[in-house]
Amino acid sequence: MATGFDPSGRLPDFFLNTGTSSFTQFLSAAHPELLPGRRPLPPGLNAGDVAPHGTTIVAIATADGVVMAGDRRATMGNLIASRDIKKVHPADAYSLIGIAGTAGIGIELIRLFQVELEHYEKTEGAMLSLDGKANRLAAMVRGNLGAAMQGLAVVPLFAGFDLAPAAGVHAGRIFSFDVAGGLYEETGYEAIGSGSLFAKSALKKKYRAGVSTEDAIRLAVEALYDAADDDTATGGPDLTRKIFPVVMTATANGTHRLSDEDITAVAEQVVTGRMENPGG
Amino acid sequence: MQFYASPEQVQRDRSEYARKGIARGRSAVVLSYEGGILLVAENITTLRKISEIYDRIAFAAVGRYNEFESLRRAGVRMADTIGLTYDRRDVTGRALANAYTQTLGAIFSETQKPYEVEICIAQVGATPEQDELYRIMYDGSALDEPGFMAMGGQAEAIATVLRERHDVNADLNTALGLAAEALGSVGGENGQTRTLGAKQLEVAVLDRRRTGRTFRRLADATLTTLLGHEEVADADLGETDAAPPAPADSKPTESAASQDTE
Repeated sequence: MATGFDPSGRLPDFFLNTGTSSFTQFLSAAHPELLPGRRPLPPGLNAGDVAPHGTTIVAIATADGVVMAGDRRATMGNLIASRDIKKVHPADAYSLIGIAGTAGIGIELIRLFQVELEHYEKTEGAMLSLDGKANRLAAMVRGNLGAAMQGLAVVPLFAGFDLAPAAGVHAGRIFSFDVAGGLYEETGYEAIGSGSLFAKSALKKKYRAGVSTEDAIRLAVEALYDAADDDTATGGPDLTRKIFPVVMTATANGTHRLSDEDITAVAEQVVTGRMENPGG
Repeated sequence: MQFYASPEQVQRDRSEYARKGIARGRSAVVLSYEGGILLVAENITTLRKISEIYDRIAFAAVGRYNEFESLRRAGVRMADTIGLTYDRRDVTGRALANAYTQTLGAIFSETQKPYEVEICIAQVGATPEQDELYRIMYDGSALDEPGFMAMGGQAEAIATVLRERHDVNADLNTALGLAAEALGSVGGENGQTRTLGAKQLEVAVLDRRRTGRTFRRLADATLTTLLGHEEVADADLGETDAAPPAPADSKPTESAASQDTE
């Protein structure tokens, strides 16, 4: 609690220092134990088998911005750990983040990243640029490298609407990462996670530059269907329980999550289509 | 050469020093209205006196900029730390106010120079009765002032105007008009009142009806229209100045993990 920061109840000096506007940098001085990647893991152990894993996320650049969609499954070995996990979240008002890999670390990374962006915005009175946000996220992934080597790897996918793109750059931009914190800007579309191979193959055949948001949503759900078709760790549309992918968009109007009715309609269309032609 | 100064004398000197410093700057008012909490500061610079701390909490200050700016940053850091370790709903204005009183109190009694600031922590509730306004003075004393409050050198005179006419059920137009009039009631030549325009005011609201981050600034065209006592469509109020952009409705209002429980 607040007063727990200091016995006297006053704000400690490092709260009052000018410091930086980065929340993770502040935490690394004030509360390093709150940062993932700062916790010692027992040496020699591979923790990857005991923690649930999240899987496939796809992102597509559209005429108006970006669409990001993720399936709802988390697995633990051969078991399904969760049928309705949400792996795609808004990072701030204009950007989206999805995660694949160790679910626990991924969720923590998302929360921390959301606070990081909001903290900067409140402190500075201005948003970070989209590239600035991507670089911050890369640094946070890099900080998790030690845990990744012990099986707790997590890789995000970041996409957003660039409010001030450089000349000739499309406003809808997608960034992918590797476990070492490498940052790569993608053109058109990208997928991460165990089913990404199949999702990307599906997108390769169907994606056209300048696709409308509506069509891109359909494409994303189709790609996730293809991933679920060939990858056991990716969940397909669950018609019996009404569990469908999480689909979000980021456009000039900000981020938006597709309502349950909208995604149900799209998913049902996709499933109906596959009844006639299983290959899509 | 003086060797001894009584503690009373020392405190009095520091108080006087701080009060003088605060009185040099321009004033600010914070008041509840039907749609939320309105924060208005007389400010002709781009350096902010009012800002967002958390979802439903805002900060307003008068006095020395470098001092209240470091307090503001500390508040944002504290709020974000609590929100991350616990939950967004666990960040309260009272906890922040407590931390500020302790901090300012310690600075006042332990250091040579007290902070020349007066700050307000405002937390918007579901109804005007649930709004919380804390006024924290340079010496760490705190006042819980429901309804309205004025800060700065001529706070008393401004508060008198507010006291007579403040109504928690007033709309934004009326509340802003009253705030501008109250701020303009002091500081004119020969006791004359002044009319303050959009360029001289920094205005923000905590919007009661919003979910998630409720803070938004009112500036430029929107503010001019409001000050002219014209109605502004609710949708247009979302227009803020260039930075920071208005958060979208689907802004993360809850933590990633807690969203899964819906």
